[in-house]
Amino acid sequence: MESLYLLVPVSVALVFVTGWAFWRALHSGQFDDLERPAHDVLDEDS
Amino acid sequence: MAQSCFHCALPVSGGGRFCCAGCEAVASTIAEAGLGAYYETRTAPGARPEPLPMPALPAGVSEIALALERVRCAACLWLIEQVLRRDPGVTRCEVNYATRRAHVAWDPQRASLASIVGKIRAIGYDAAPYEPRRQQALERRERRAELWRLFVAGFGAMQVMMYAFPAYVDELSPEAAQVMRWASLLLTAPVLAFSCAPFFAGALRELRLRRVGLDTPIALGLAFGFAASAWATLSGTGEVYFDSISMLAFLLLGARYLEGAARRRAAAALDPLLRWGHEKDFSVGQVIGLAPGERIPADGVVVEGISSVDEALLTGESRPVPKRAGDELAAGSVNLEQPLAMRVTRSGSDTRAAAIARLAERGAASRPRLVEAAERVARHLTWVVVLVACVAGIHFSDPWIAVAVLVVACPCALALAAPVVFTRASGALLARGVLLTRARALEALERATDVVLDKTGTLTAGRLSLKEVTPLGNLGAQECLELAGALEATSRHPVARAFPGSTMAVTAPRHVPGQGMEALLGGERVRIGSAAFCAELCGGSPPGSAASVYLAAERGWLAAFELADRLRPEAAALVCELRRRGLKVHLASGDRPELAAALAQALGIEQAAGAMTPQDKYRYVERLQREGAVVAMVGDGLNDAPVLARADVSFAMGSGADLAQLRADVVLLADSLQGVLSSMDTARRAMRLVRQNIAWALAYNALALPLAAAGWIGPWEAALAMGASSLTVLVNALRPLAAQSRWKASTSSFPSRSPSYS
Repeated sequence: MESLYLLVPVSVALVFVTGWAFWRALHSGQFDDLERPAHDVLDEDS
Repeated sequence: MAQSCFHCALPVSGGGRFCCAGCEAVASTIAEAGLGAYYETRTAPGARPEPLPMPALPAGVSEIALALERVRCAACLWLIEQVLRRDPGVTRCEVNYATRRAHVAWDPQRASLASIVGKIRAIGYDAAPYEPRRQQALERRERRAELWRLFVAGFGAMQVMMYAFPAYVDELSPEAAQVMRWASLLLTAPVLAFSCAPFFAGALRELRLRRVGLDTPIALGLAFGFAASAWATLSGTGEVYFDSISMLAFLLLGARYLEGAARRRAAAALDPLLRWGHEKDFSVGQVIGLAPGERIPADGVVVEGISSVDEALLTGESRPVPKRAGDELAAGSVNLEQPLAMRVTRSGSDTRAAAIARLAERGAASRPRLVEAAERVARHLTWVVVLVACVAGIHFSDPWIAVAVLVVACPCALALAAPVVFTRASGALLARGVLLTRARALEALERATDVVLDKTGTLTAGRLSLKEVTPLGNLGAQECLELAGALEATSRHPVARAFPGSTMAVTAPRHVPGQGMEALLGGERVRIGSAAFCAELCGGSPPGSAASVYLAAERGWLAAFELADRLRPEAAALVCELRRRGLKVHLASGDRPELAAALAQALGIEQAAGAMTPQDKYRYVERLQREGAVVAMVGDGLNDAPVLARADVSFAMGSGADLAQLRADVVLLADSLQGVLSSMDTARRAMRLVRQNIAWALAYNALALPLAAAGWIGPWEAALAMGASSLTVLVNALRPLAAQSRWKASTSSFPSRSPSYS
């Protein structure tokens, strides 16, 4: 049970780390176009 | 500034007035309950922070597309529309939900662009003349903010759920439970403070305006739940609801995000034209070079070179069109083969592409009667919902039930049911060269029982050529031709194009619709046109056998012209297909009765009338309508404008015509009649989708409201159900509109082009 006192804060910290990572990804434009990149795979030229 | 939905208190990203379509409906109610007071609270101080940087509008322009900012849901748009429509200086205002643009026309004497934008700003939104690049940047910012809110809520909800889970299944030691509660509190706080901020801002605004919208109850529910849970955590007693709160926030935001994605997808259909209609400005008269493969940036005339261009964007016709010196080029088409030099005649928002885009947008923004009725229902429904929520909440003494009722019954789906379908129909038709200028046309088109066809320029190609000239007076054939050319020089009637240009000068030319032209030649009145029209001038009947066009002066008949026209290759198939579908086909021609009858017989048209003036045609259509027919009229859009306006739905042949002067519900941009059939197919399918959507939305509300009021649905389930209902409607609206016509096209006798149906 004592492990909770460590694990719960760690999980909270992890949420914030994940949030930061998503923020970075979002603002580097990764989510701006959710359709075209899927078609790029089929396009031999690119 | 973060704002919340005027109606439902949900967050409005970037600061619009409403968060979702349901809120739009609710806002309508609010507006009805006294929007005027709202003006007072907002405009009276007159504190507009800064004057808007207004782009200089060309003189005489009193119509513009405005990109609306801080708009979150259809309700915001509804409010903006109502506000502008109440402005006496605004002559027309249509707001498109899918593209979030307002089309406003105003009376320059009583309003200005600044006053209109001021009105929009006064109610908390912003507007700027539509510029695609600016719009794209804005949309990207909004999309990112939306995603970020959604992510925070989603991840928070997920994590809080994990902390809440042990408490549901297990007896936790009080210390461990307390750790879980603190962790939940820590993660729910950002969800509430950041992701839900727009709900609270909306609730505050509603409070300021002393109204209850949709934001207020949701914000209240969230705040109440959070405060009670936080107190329970701090004091170590009582229940916590962190999981419910964060889940509710996540589902509401998720539904809204998906709704936005679907809306953008629908709007994308109109995009290519809009993008090309607003290319950077060239000055008129400037000569520019066009490399092969290059998109033509402005309207103009070829000065040098021979090539062919692809005008698919404008006409839906993918076959290359040959161009050489003197030919017109349209912005948005692509130069295919050789380099060309062109002189710019129109650029920027004056181009044909821009005109098409404006009309298409206006068309998608207008609403058929069915939809207006649905929106009225939605507005009234909201009050019922608020009432039921209060009663249920008090009866069960459980505010969560009230919140569930409000969330579940948000009539979002009802407000979404139609606009997306119409925007898509407009886009799908445009891709096939059919421009829909009024969505009402879809409704009428679906019910049409009779089709009245004009002859010249409609069933025939309208490229008349002169077959024979018979001098009747003392002028020679050549002189008669010269005079005829001079008279017809200012006319846009298809007949005019048959006559060669002329060096002779006539004064005071006057166009008599459906009859001909009159002008002064050295003080004497001369006329060209139908036999009856000329006979008014010189008296008597024309000598010789009957001809199509006569030339006469006051002193007597001058010449008779026999014109020849080519029947459109698809005309026979069109008539055949229309009859197969059970529609009555009529021919109403201004030409001689025997010619009209012969043509009607050749095409299989039962009812034909010739020698009709526009007034005759008008009465003809009127008579059909009195007999209960729903009339679709196909004409050239210029000479038969009154008839087109009289008909329930009107088609105009738009190739080469000045679009601003066409008064028709549907403009066939490609030089072909096929658009009549494809628009009928699309109309049928679009109206069916709209009906399904409205039925679904109403059924959903009828079912969900009692369930929630009975306390069977919790807040998060309500949010899920509301999202699911909105999404069902949207997904249904996104179903292909052309599936049926594709099948038809391949089985009908039409020469089917490569079917690029979207």
